[in-house]
Amino acid sequence: MDILKFLTAGSVDDGKSTLIGRLLYDTNSVLADQMEAIKNSNRKNDDGTVDLAILTDGLKAEREQGITIDVAYKYFQTDKRKFIIADTPGHIQYTRNMVTGASNADLAIILIDARKGVIEQTIRHSYLVSLLALKHVVVCVNKMDMVDFSQYVFEEIKVSYLKMASQLKLNEITFIPVSALRGDNIVNTSLNMPWYTGKVLLEHLETVEVAENNQMLPARFPVQWVIRPQTDELHDYRGYAGRVASGTFKVNDEVTVYPSGTKSQITKIEVFGGELSEAVQGASVTIHLQDNLDISRGDLLALSKTAPTVANRIEADICWMDTKPLDTSIMYLIQHHSKVTKCKITDILYKVNINTLEKINTHDLGLNDIGRVEIKTADELAFDPYELNKNNGGAIIIDGRTNVTVGALMLRAGV
Amino acid sequence: MDYLDQLEAEAIAILREVAGQFEKPALLFSGGKDSITLVRLAEKAFRPGKFPFPLVHIDTGHNFPETISFRDQLAESIGEKLIIGLVQDSINNGTAVEQKGKNASRNALQTVTILETIEKYGFDACIGGARRDEEKARAKERIFSVRDEFGQWDPKRQRPELWNTFNGKIHKGENVRVFPISNWTELDVWNYIKREKIALPSIYFAHQREVVFRNGQYMAAADALQIDEDDDVSTRMVRFRTVGDMTCTAAVESEKTDIDDIILEISQSKISERGARLDDKVSEAAMEDRKKGGYF
Repeated sequence: MDILKFLTAGSVDDGKSTLIGRLLYDTNSVLADQMEAIKNSNRKNDDGTVDLAILTDGLKAEREQGITIDVAYKYFQTDKRKFIIADTPGHIQYTRNMVTGASNADLAIILIDARKGVIEQTIRHSYLVSLLALKHVVVCVNKMDMVDFSQYVFEEIKVSYLKMASQLKLNEITFIPVSALRGDNIVNTSLNMPWYTGKVLLEHLETVEVAENNQMLPARFPVQWVIRPQTDELHDYRGYAGRVASGTFKVNDEVTVYPSGTKSQITKIEVFGGELSEAVQGASVTIHLQDNLDISRGDLLALSKTAPTVANRIEADICWMDTKPLDTSIMYLIQHHSKVTKCKITDILYKVNINTLEKINTHDLGLNDIGRVEIKTADELAFDPYELNKNNGGAIIIDGRTNVTVGALMLRAGV
Repeated sequence: MDYLDQLEAEAIAILREVAGQFEKPALLFSGGKDSITLVRLAEKAFRPGKFPFPLVHIDTGHNFPETISFRDQLAESIGEKLIIGLVQDSINNGTAVEQKGKNASRNALQTVTILETIEKYGFDACIGGARRDEEKARAKERIFSVRDEFGQWDPKRQRPELWNTFNGKIHKGENVRVFPISNWTELDVWNYIKREKIALPSIYFAHQREVVFRNGQYMAAADALQIDEDDDVSTRMVRFRTVGDMTCTAAVESEKTDIDDIILEISQSKISERGARLDDKVSEAAMEDRKKGGYF
């Protein structure tokens, strides 16, 4: 059994919270005391049934306003898979929260209100999903009960969505007609839409393949910590501890250390209480090398035959996340895995109107804006273009004055 | 990778980030199953080296004796440093005031002692075993959760947390609470304990105990509960699903004495784990308010 992390994009109006509530409810993931707390709450649907949306509300302000402000994580499992839902807000003023949720997701559910079809918000959500390079998209056309479960309405929306999506780099798009409120095609097959013969949402989530191409990605290992016990019996022990960001490392592989460029060979891959012949993507291990090199936290080990891009002038897409606008005159910090170095954002090439996908010439990027920038870093970064290997292509910008994370970068190319 | 391997690898990576990013981290150890799991994960992250942090236990003085002896044995067997912050010391110093009355608990006073302990030792990061599935305020908390000088959590000022990149930069006086098993569920923890054959305090397994029935739940009949003749005291087969202060940790009736049975019981259970904690029941926003005040 593995884990699928997925994101839900949409607003309360689209029934997003109801959809998540429905998934939890219909998979028996709501426990008795949580259910009791919901029943005791004043919020009910018009017909007096329990408002499942309450299951996803977290903070006081959210309950008061009936909206999602922050990313909330929800967990459930079936016999086939474990699921982690990143429930993110849909309003434009929370774009940064959606970007955050999308950064760790394998799949996105985009909700469309069947009565409204593809709207500005749909374009925005789809753009963000493509920007963050999620592999799978599920378009849930919700509130089918409000359009008499019409196949015609569903097909029309499908056509207009695909037309819009042709401007984006989205990989695999699946359309499912649902009614989250009534439970149609979420966990159980709808009797109201016999014309729909595809999988219901849960079955799709249970069976979609997420790890297929991981072994094809270039092998990358950011060093987090050097283990050196320096005891009498482990006098010469020196292990590089970290998590494989992408690809696979094997014993005897030749690796290059970045940024120094020195080469060595893997002699041992260690885990607590044992050794492995290979370390796959996502594994936390300790790597030993043939040569006694000067390697520390922030360095990157890469398989020598697939070199990363090494640069200190980099073009990148950025999502700005701070109320203070981006300032091209000051120094920021950039963090790429465990590597932190100073940087300047030297140029704003353009901003994207994420509701229309138009590129706009500008010198200003503010909260929730997305654009293309050029960065100059103090130390060189060893990265892969985000669209090819997002596990080694994302970085964050930190404002050294406040220590806050102010930007998310999708690194594209050396300049 | 199997899901337990995925969760384990993520937690190990988070622990190594703590080691790499902070000067004086600490692992908050309650003696409960979640923090015992953290100790195993720390072994996986740092052996054959030593832990780059001590274990820190905030002791209300009303802990289960079984937990305390387990704590001491564990610290000794792994050869790591244990620091104990006593709520009694805070009470003696007048910084914490003991509650009065029948439902008095030292649970809330832990916040005072934890902040005093953080200040005394200058800890800049405190690793905790909280999980997002426990409660809806926790569901929104970051893995690296920055606290101000007063230990307060501000849900509106949380840093965006992208990919597996954790920003632990702080100003002097601030500290970060780090939750490596954020993405685990209660069942995941139990399945991991089983797989790793991790030893637990005996109170997690069914045993005969004198209990008092209060507020609809069975509580251990301990001195700290101020039992009088009006109380309904009986001896029952019980076990505990969480291990906190005796005044706020309820028992569930159970015959289950081994881990397989417990896993089965939990997966079929109709009461969530924190449902057995009285401290969350005060109001719908109880956990959120306590977090803002500096509690875990």
